[in-house]
Amino acid sequence: MGQITLSSVTKSFGDVTVIPPLDLRIEDGEFVVFVGPSGCGKSTLLRLIAGLEDTSSGKIAIDGTEATDLPPAKRGLAMVFQSYALYPHMSVRKNIAFPLKMAGLSPEIQAQKVEAAAKVLNLTSYLDRRPGQLSGGQRQRVAIGRAIVREPAAFLFDEPLSNLDASLRVSMRQEISELHQTLKTTMIYVTHDQVEAMTMADKIVVLQAGRIEQVGSPMELYRHPANLFVAGFIGSPKMNFITGAEAAQQGCTTLGVRPEHIDVVEGGPWQGTVGLAEHLGSDTFLKVNVAGVGDLTVRVSGERMLRHGDPVSLAPQPGKLYRFGADGKALA
Amino acid sequence: MATEHSRTAARLMVSPAVILLFLWMIVPLAMTVYFSFLRYNLLMPGMESFTGFDNYYYFLSNSAFMDALVNTLLLVGGVLVITIFGGVALALLLDQPFKGQGIVRIMVIAPFFVMPTVSALVWKNMFMNPVNGMFAHIAKTFGFQPFDFLAHAPLASIILIVAWSWLPFSTLILLTALQSLDQEQMEAAEMDGASWMNRFIYLTVPHLTRSITVVILIQTIFLLSVFAEILVTTNGGPGTASTNIPYLVYAQSLLNYDVGGGSAGGIIAVILANIVAVFLMRMIGKNLET
Repeated sequence: MGQITLSSVTKSFGDVTVIPPLDLRIEDGEFVVFVGPSGCGKSTLLRLIAGLEDTSSGKIAIDGTEATDLPPAKRGLAMVFQSYALYPHMSVRKNIAFPLKMAGLSPEIQAQKVEAAAKVLNLTSYLDRRPGQLSGGQRQRVAIGRAIVREPAAFLFDEPLSNLDASLRVSMRQEISELHQTLKTTMIYVTHDQVEAMTMADKIVVLQAGRIEQVGSPMELYRHPANLFVAGFIGSPKMNFITGAEAAQQGCTTLGVRPEHIDVVEGGPWQGTVGLAEHLGSDTFLKVNVAGVGDLTVRVSGERMLRHGDPVSLAPQPGKLYRFGADGKALA
Repeated sequence: MATEHSRTAARLMVSPAVILLFLWMIVPLAMTVYFSFLRYNLLMPGMESFTGFDNYYYFLSNSAFMDALVNTLLLVGGVLVITIFGGVALALLLDQPFKGQGIVRIMVIAPFFVMPTVSALVWKNMFMNPVNGMFAHIAKTFGFQPFDFLAHAPLASIILIVAWSWLPFSTLILLTALQSLDQEQMEAAEMDGASWMNRFIYLTVPHLTRSITVVILIQTIFLLSVFAEILVTTNGGPGTASTNIPYLVYAQSLLNYDVGGGSAGGIIAVILANIVAVFLMRMIGKNLET
């Protein structure tokens, strides 16, 4: 259980419209990621679903029941905050038990559920510590534990990994994905990091200025971006955009080609010089200045030892070119 | 990086300030201790003689002493209770967004800037006076007999006056503490199903404990020596109904001209204040640890 429907939901703060009318359907058990640049309204959207903000108009339904005017506690959703929002003066055990205590469950059942949640999250040995004595990753797990015990219809995550360091972020990412596999509960996850979106989501919702730019599975968005914004946002490094004569030749205003879809070959159509080579070991990213086309980012195998100033010849892989019209929309 | 040499230099540099502060404290204290062992009455100058602990004996066995001790504790305790509860309530109100917040917040501090003597006189003459006071007018409007606050409930009236001037202090400290409460925590608790009351009990109150501790410590120090409010309103009376220890010391030394007895009382007050301080630190000092 955990199907959420938004129908023509809007939100304005005073005169500023943060979310113009928006429709979205989240299926039960889905892992949905809201992704977009900062200030695109993704957190606001999540808070509208949570009930922490009131909608200006439109309807929100959870499991088919009207929930627009329900207070947050009555919606059966659990939220993990960016700052974790743990209660600093309570032990981990009390933190996790807090929603159960508020629900008026007996102490025995509380203890039972806390133990179970702690086991799932590997927190058993930390139960009597205070949040201040835990590392960032452990705090994150406590926050998730506090969400799990309520057995909510859906989990809401508000940029939960942004305060962690890079390696911890990768492992927490996997933990959350595994948690989703085990619990099979609907999860809505807000992030500005397209890598998190690509790796975790069943369905990605790309937002810009409160508008949904595209909804789809990660590979769908990668293969068939609906417009320039999605094309540039999904994929790392960013897609190359070529305008001018080269694009006009292909019958479009902007021509897009991903760095991984450009090969360094003898006698390719684009001749250029390497401006910058970033050697990551597994891959090398080249910034190649091509006359008449501009700077292109190219991904080559990590073994290619190219340096600044080396001449290269590039060829885009056939069928991997994206064409966009003057309005930014993808051309069929 | 402090070498032995620079540490010695540092001690040398701070010593003038430390010595000055030490003398400032020790000279009056030593003189008070010295006077407290003398039979020293201002009406009989030049007749001072050593009397041992007689001054202490007379001060402690004076029936007014126990009254004053109880009054002092009641005064401190009563004002603390009013200012803490009232301060939390006012801080919660002022923390809500409303128009003219800035001006209201400044006005709330105002009573703290009014001198104790002035505020006590305003209360005495404009509010509590049984003939011309505001409270008497209100009582008469509703057909009640005006109540002579300072005659019939002198200590309670003084507690009210002192609490009024200290309320802004606790309100301000508690308000800043409230504003530092993480809003995401509140929202998390809201999601967790905590009602307004539960959020207050489980989140706000624990968050405020440290500030409340600070308010209690600071106010206790100042409230133990309340004097001006008593002097200008009740003069410690009727009888000893509103006499606290500082006022008793004043009465002993300046109304009875007994410098020796007054000094003994002063020393006793210092000892009592230290006992209170030790208890306070024991009781709530652990709240100040992280």
